Amino acid sequence: MTVGRTLAEKVWDDHIVVKGTDGAPDLLYIDLHLIHEVTSPQAFDGLRMAGRPVRRPDLTIATEDHNTPTLNITKQIADPVSRIQIETLRRNCEEFGVRLHPLGDIEQGIVHVVGPQLGLTMPGITVVCGDSHTSTHGAFGAIAFGIGTSEVEHVLATQTLPLKPFKTMAVTVDGALRDGVTAKDIILAVIAKIGTGGGQGYVIEYRGSAIRALSMEGRMTICNMSIEAGARAGMVAPDQTTYDYLKGKPHAPKGEDWDAALAYWQTLPTDDDAVFDAEVLLDASELEPFVTWGTNPGQGVLLSDAIPEPESFDDPNEQASARRALEYMDLAPGTRMKDIRVDAVFMGSCTNSRIEDLRAFASVIKGKKKADGVRVMVVPGSARVRLEAEAEGIDKIVEEFGAEWRFAGCSMCLGMNPDQLAPGERCASTSNRNFEGRQGKGGRTHLVSPLVAAATAVRGTLSGPWDLEEAR
Amino acid sequence: MEKLTVVEGIAVPLERAQVDTDQIIPAEFLKRVTKTGFDDALFYAWRQDPDFVLNDPAFANPTVLIAGADFGTGSSREHAVWALRDYGFKAVISPRFGDIFRGNSGKQGLLAAQIAEDAVEKMWALIREQPGISASVDLVSKTVMLGTLTVPFQIDDYTRWRLLEGLDDIALTLRDESSITEFEKTRQSWRPLTLPAQ
Ligand code: SF4
Repeated sequence: MTVGRTLAEKVWDDHIVVKGTDGAPDLLYIDLHLIHEVTSPQAFDGLRMAGRPVRRPDLTIATEDHNTPTLNITKQIADPVSRIQIETLRRNCEEFGVRLHPLGDIEQGIVHVVGPQLGLTMPGITVVCGDSHTSTHGAFGAIAFGIGTSEVEHVLATQTLPLKPFKTMAVTVDGALRDGVTAKDIILAVIAKIGTGGGQGYVIEYRGSAIRALSMEGRMTICNMSIEAGARAGMVAPDQTTYDYLKGKPHAPKGEDWDAALAYWQTLPTDDDAVFDAEVLLDASELEPFVTWGTNPGQGVLLSDAIPEPESFDDPNEQASARRALEYMDLAPGTRMKDIRVDAVFMGSCTNSRIEDLRAFASVIKGKKKADGVRVMVVPGSARVRLEAEAEGIDKIVEEFGAEWRFAGCSMCLGMNPDQLAPGERCASTSNRNFEGRQGKGGRTHLVSPLVAAATAVRGTLSGPWDLEEAR
Repeated sequence: MEKLTVVEGIAVPLERAQVDTDQIIPAEFLKRVTKTGFDDALFYAWRQDPDFVLNDPAFANPTVLIAGADFGTGSSREHAVWALRDYGFKAVISPRFGDIFRGNSGKQGLLAAQIAEDAVEKMWALIREQPGISASVDLVSKTVMLGTLTVPFQIDDYTRWRLLEGLDDIALTLRDESSITEFEKTRQSWRPLTLPAQ
């Protein structure tokens, strides 16, 4: 009797170069290796020291994103340390023959926005990058996961990685989302439900009618944050939405290759009789906008709720984390989320900086003025997204609103460039991590969807689009 | 990589759960292009607090870190491992590790030993009574000894073997180079290529 396989198992099996025996890992082939300036310099150094070449420059691509400024991009980078890192990447790519999209190039941008927009990310492949949010690419039905710098060196040298198979988890989201509720709210609710460690050791497959109804952008938002639930990767089975998105992209297969690829991709969805190691269910129709109050992405509630009492958690560890988090965030239990005032709104990051995210943000702020005293920054995920948005007039809407329209990059998602919160500042952010100091030393982050970010920018307090309608 | 069998030295209690890699080393330190010299960056924000455990003279020059559950979650930055290593740590003990962090540790010869949650709490209590006592983490017998306590730990067999033998991953993989070349011959033409096809 043959037992059915999951999507993840099918893709995995088709990449095994050497099957591990006696507890040894499988040697897995890597189809696509994405590089950026932060986690690669020491890997290239390792190659140089060992006298090894990059085995497959034609499966490797680099961009600059974490350190790059989002203003005055034609000027020399002011911070000398950031500049050295960027220059090091440029030298390494040149020396090892790796294609690079540098600052100023139309394909420059956040590495997880660039891969899909080039059509390099596709179903049934393996993708790695020295960045935990590589899970984003799983939205296409690829196995995509973040690796450390030693592994970056390993992939550069061998185009493979020794890996033990991940366990599989199905997260099924059925039902229709209400207006104003988005993919971001789904994933924040999933993380709050299973916890930041709940996905450890798993690749999560997102399934169900609510997932099928999402655009590729929405699916990427969900897969992006799989790592915040501790999972190595997130995946969505490819379907017509995937194929429509991919067709015609610069590196997507063409002609006979497209037909051969499509025939293969259609075999990938999980078999009906396949068994997952774990299953989680969520009803999309019950969801509302979801926001975080604490310092990890699992510490979240509905926007209409209040901050929970730390004592309400069963686990003493979680109680202690909640107390620490509230102290850091300067918030009291029982405070209504909607009463929380912010100093800044950040619209960007690999979670929510694609064209559809910018459109959603713009639809809420159009014709309005931002709240007094709130700094609002809009950072497209890539140079191409920026141009696309400008062609639609989104830059004008943003500027008339009183917000800043920036160049592409990671920006205030982690504040490696000058875009940072000041100590004590509070920010509604469409990014993925609300860790202590993530957006700048002493900064306080509330994770939100683009719609909530926009409504919050209008009112100055955490708000959803529904609040604007009620106010009218 | 050097062979690793037993790690012995002062044990530090980090009595916190969910310590993400942003806390182990903040992003500002990731701009360096070297692989060493990260000791000043370790737990940078927390070390500004004079009451933080690493600022306690009893724990000067430590070797073993004993942390709460979910240590090393979040960002993939291997700098977290380098910072721990540069500070002098050779082993980290926790009931649960972030997956990428655990993988990175194994590559760098930092022993990530998983032990039961109640054992961690007992160890913390013991160190509170005798600050500065030594722990011994034995990779051969897979046990941690601290004062009167002897506790088994878990580590996957393959990582353990590599650490014991001091083997470098890339050299190991290149033993299979002919299999990689064979595999590449079967790679379908629709799969992604980043350079224009020749
Ligand atoms: S946008 Fe943020 S999370 Fe995404 S790759 Fe950049 S720094 Fe990492």
